[in-house]
This record gives sequence, C-alpha cells and structure tokens, in this order.
Amino acid sequence: MSVEVQDISMNLEPVRYEPPGSARTAERAIAEPRWVRTLLIVAVWVFLALFLLFPLVAIFAQALENGVSAYWAALTEPDAVASIKLTLLVAAIVVPLNTLFGIVAAWTVAKFEFVGKSVLVTLIDLPFAVSPVIAGLIYVLVFGMQGWFGPWLDEHGIKIIFAVPGIVLATLFVTLPFVARELIPLMQAQGVEEEEAARVLGASAFQTFRRVTLPNIKWGLLYGIILCNARAMGEFGAVSVVSGHIRGLTNTVPLHAEVLYNEYDSVGAFAVASLLAFLALATLILKTVVESRSRRQMSDTGVGA
Amino acid sequence: MSIEIRNISKTFGQFPALRGVDLDVPTGELVALLGPSGSGKTTLLRILAGLEQPDPGSGSIRFHGQDVAAYKAAERGVGFVFQHYALFRHMTVFENIAFGLRVRPWRQRPSRQEIRERVTRLLQLIQLEPLARRYPAQLSGGQRQRVALARALAVEPRVLLLDEPFGALDAKVRQDLRRWLRRLHDEIQVTSVFVTHDQEEALEVANRVVVMNQGRIEQTGAPDEVFHHPANEFVMNFLGNVNVFQGRVEGNRTFFGPMPVEDAHPLSFSARMAARGFVRPHELELARSANGHPCFPARVAHVNAAGPQVKIELIAGDGERVDVEMAQDRYQQLRLARGEQVFVTPRNMKVFVEDYQI
Repeated sequence: MSVEVQDISMNLEPVRYEPPGSARTAERAIAEPRWVRTLLIVAVWVFLALFLLFPLVAIFAQALENGVSAYWAALTEPDAVASIKLTLLVAAIVVPLNTLFGIVAAWTVAKFEFVGKSVLVTLIDLPFAVSPVIAGLIYVLVFGMQGWFGPWLDEHGIKIIFAVPGIVLATLFVTLPFVARELIPLMQAQGVEEEEAARVLGASAFQTFRRVTLPNIKWGLLYGIILCNARAMGEFGAVSVVSGHIRGLTNTVPLHAEVLYNEYDSVGAFAVASLLAFLALATLILKTVVESRSRRQMSDTGVGA
Repeated sequence: MSIEIRNISKTFGQFPALRGVDLDVPTGELVALLGPSGSGKTTLLRILAGLEQPDPGSGSIRFHGQDVAAYKAAERGVGFVFQHYALFRHMTVFENIAFGLRVRPWRQRPSRQEIRERVTRLLQLIQLEPLARRYPAQLSGGQRQRVALARALAVEPRVLLLDEPFGALDAKVRQDLRRWLRRLHDEIQVTSVFVTHDQEEALEVANRVVVMNQGRIEQTGAPDEVFHHPANEFVMNFLGNVNVFQGRVEGNRTFFGPMPVEDAHPLSFSARMAARGFVRPHELELARSANGHPCFPARVAHVNAAGPQVKIELIAGDGERVDVEMAQDRYQQLRLARGEQVFVTPRNMKVFVEDYQI
C-alpha cells in the first residue's frame, strides 16, 4: 500500500511543486528577445514588400496608366489575343501530357523495383537543373535547320522550330518534373497494399487505379498540376529560343510582353504582364488550398501505415 | 474448398523463399502457417492469393482439384486480410466492405439494395454497425482488423487468407480477436489459412499447425500433436520455451552427465553418439533432496512468482541456465529461496540424435 502512495506522489510532485521560474526559463531558451523578433519580422515584410509586392503593384499601376480603356485595348488587340490563345493552347497540350507522364513515372518508381530506378528518378529532375535556355537550344540543335533532323523535316514540310510544335516541346521539357516530383514521395509512402487488396477483391487494373490509387493521390496530383500549369503558361527562356518571336503566330504571353516592352509600349507590355500576375495570384491561392489538403492526405498516409 | 499445394518453390533474386513445399488443406479447416520471419510463410500465403507467382515450372496449386495457376488474384475467389489491414483510407467502413461487390461486372453485381443488406449483415457480424460511416483513420487497430475481415468476407470467398492478422495489435485486443476469429470460423466454416510467428496464437486458434523454417515445412499436425510430438529440434525450439541438455547415447540409454534418462527408446545405437535432450520448463520436477530418481543438482538464481505459473531460474552445476515452471501450490510447498540447492528431475524429455528423433 505504501508503495502505491509513494508512486502517486512521485508522479504529481514535479508538476505541482515546480518553481514558477523554471517555466519561464524554458520559454526564454527557445525564444529570442522581443526586439530581435520584431526586427526580424519587420525585415522580412520590408523585403517582401520591396521585391515582391511593390513590383506587383507597379505592374498594375503601369498597365492602368492611361486608363482602363487603354488597358482593355492592349489586351484585346489581335496580337495580344493571339498570344493568349497560344499560351492557353500550349498549356492545354502540355499539362495533360505531363500529368500523364507524372502519374506513370511515379507509379513506376513507387510500385516496382527495377534496375536503373535511381537513374530514372535523377533524370526526372534534369529539367530543374538545366537552364531553360539550354532546353530551348537542345530542340534547336535537334530539329533546327542546321540540326540533326532539320533538313529531313524541311523536306517533308514539317515545321517544329519557330512554330507551335517547338514551343510545346520546349514547355514539355521544362515542366516535366512537376507532377512526378509531387507524386513519387506520396505514392512511395502509400505502398502497394491497398492496390493489392483491391485486386484480390476482384477489381480490374483500371478499377483499382480509378477507385483506389487516384483518390489516394488526388490532392498531391492537383498540387503538381497547378504548379505545372503555372510554369507552362509563364515559361520564357526555353520558349524564347524556339519561338522565333513571330507576332500573332509564335508569341506566347510572356514573349508578347517582352516584345511590347522592347517597343516602348509600356502600357501594352504591363497590361499583358498583368495577366501573368493574375495567373500567379490565382496559382498562389489554389496552391494554398490544395497544399493543406494534400498535407492532410500525407498525414493520413502516416496514420494508415 | 480444399487446397492442394504441390512442390511450390519461390526465389527472390538469390534468396530461396520457398523450397519445394507440399501442403494439403482440407475443406473447412483453419490452418496456421507458423514460423520465424524469413521462413517463407507469408510468401506461401501470397502465392495462394495470386499476389506472387511461384517459380516457373516449380509445381502446382489446386483449389478443389482445379489448377489455379492461370487465374489472376482477382479471379481466384480468395479473401485476403493484410497485416496492416490495407483498408481504403478514403472510403468509409461501409464503402470498404462494399468494394468487392461494387467492382463486379454489372451482370454479376448485386443490386444496391442487396449490397446494402449484405454489408449491414457483415457489420453486425463484426459488431461495428454504428461505425459504418467512419473512415479507417478514425478506428482503433482492432476495429480496423475486423473491417478488413468483413471486407474480405463480403465477396464470399472460397478461401480466406490472413497475413499476421493480429500482429499489429496489443496483447489484450489480440486475445479477444483470436477467440472471435475462432468462433467466426466455427460459424462460417470457410477454408482459412493464416500466417503467424506467434506459436501461442497458432496453437490456440488453428485446428492444424504448419511449422515452417527456411522455406520448408518442418511439421504439420494438430496443435497438441506438434506441441507434444515435435518432429525435430527446430519445432521443439520454436513451440515455446525449452531447456536443452547436451548428452550422449550409449546402447539404448541416453546419458546427460552422469544422469541416465529412464524413458528407454526403441532405437539402439551401437556407437556412442552425441545427443541433445529437450525439456519444457513445466516438465522439470524440483525436490529439496535427491530421491532416487535420476536428477542433477542446481542452485536457485531467480524466482518470479507473479502469474499463474511460478518461473524459476536455476544454475546447474556446469553453469548452464535452466528454466523451470511450476504451479503456485507446488511452489508454496517447496518455499524455495534464492541461492538454495535443489535437485532437478526431468519428467519428460525429447532426445534428438543428429537429425533423428528418438
């Protein structure tokens, strides 16, 4: 009996009789003085305002300098409309393709063991490591007039460089890793047991993918698609190399903005740029929403495993 | 639905997981595949389910006389319960159980109403009706395991396969679930095979135990058969705590030190041979003085009287540790204290000479 009493008091005493000072000491050990904290927070905000917020405001200020009607005119001018259409077209081709690639690549890496797996994972990251300009030049080298397949393509009347196919290829290359990068860790964490369970229960491969795999990766996939789309629409370097800057034909929105800027049409340039700014803001908002969802999916995975 | 496994082998890279396994599971039995990790038990289970393919040309698996090699996992009509449940985390308990019915081709798919009824019946069976709308993450381990079982049963499998069904649960829940599985099997009588590394679990739940080691089956038999008549040293060792004594065979008697073992065995060896004697802790008798029976002296090193059986640790004359278990009332009679000398008599000893059991 006496042992039990002793046990209880030993459990309670440290909590009950803790000197009031010790808690404060613990707090101080992890927190900087108040003025340091304030200074750091202010510094971050000033920095952000100066380099991010201010330019963003400047874009809209410049775009609306000559009033809303001039802004609207710059956006509805035929070359601008053509560039918007081209950008949307490129994104409409590239995003689904890279989504498909991302799912297939992540599936392959996460669910199978094979020789050269680590090489594959590294290769997927290559577009992140390579400068976009190089990516563009690769395609010029391969498909350009002086390139390997250029003469043959020319003979057959196929235009890739300085045409839409080249822009699509360059954008594909640059945005390749986004979806795969997002899905590989998620799928690896989830393992194959649920898919196996579905197969044993009689589900076909397609049913297993649609009813088990896809719902499990839904948010991560969406997150990857949003990032992929943002980059596909905003890509400048690689596209610039292969596009040829033909107004109304091979200019995407970022290229069109640059062309206008070089012609001292600052209202036009910033009006077009404001579209990209809107895209960025929309992406940020979507990203924040989806990110919290996908994090939940990740933590569910942790609980499940 | 009976299962016949003939000469099945499986190699992963260089590692032979199964080496020519033969096994028959009669209809309606509840069989335990028991063995240490790496013994091939889970591989065998996954091959039965069609989740792994046996080595090409290695043998055959028949369900009720029908070779299933050509059937994929989806077509074998097996229910599989995974070690970590593998519940679909984005589906409710209800949807998890209904999954196997919903993915059927529409000709064979039961109506919505039928699915609802069948799932509700299964929810009653696993006593989780009120939790039908919960998600797996909101369930306890034991509840998840029951849902996994209900999901496997929903498709009315011909064979139920369970991979370490209670492995990830704590001791108390495990006890309850074991009994529950036993009762459930009595009720639905589906041929079942479960994998475990816990000998107690295998002996308690199964009506036949298959002891596996290094990709081979060491022994198959009823629980009391494998426990009391182990085929070899491995089985003896694996099925519970055991004391090992080094000895020798002379003629038809076995000696351990100066102590002869009375149970004369039918075989007689002309030469002197090394032998190993195995005695379970509860088959050792302790006495304060030598009483004419073959015995050896030892000193009491430790006594643990908490629990239904008193566990006593002895140090024999040669420094060997000997574990003894005895009933509480016997211990009360003896009143042993640490450091005291006692005399130990084996009541029952299994003697193995090389590979032969005597």
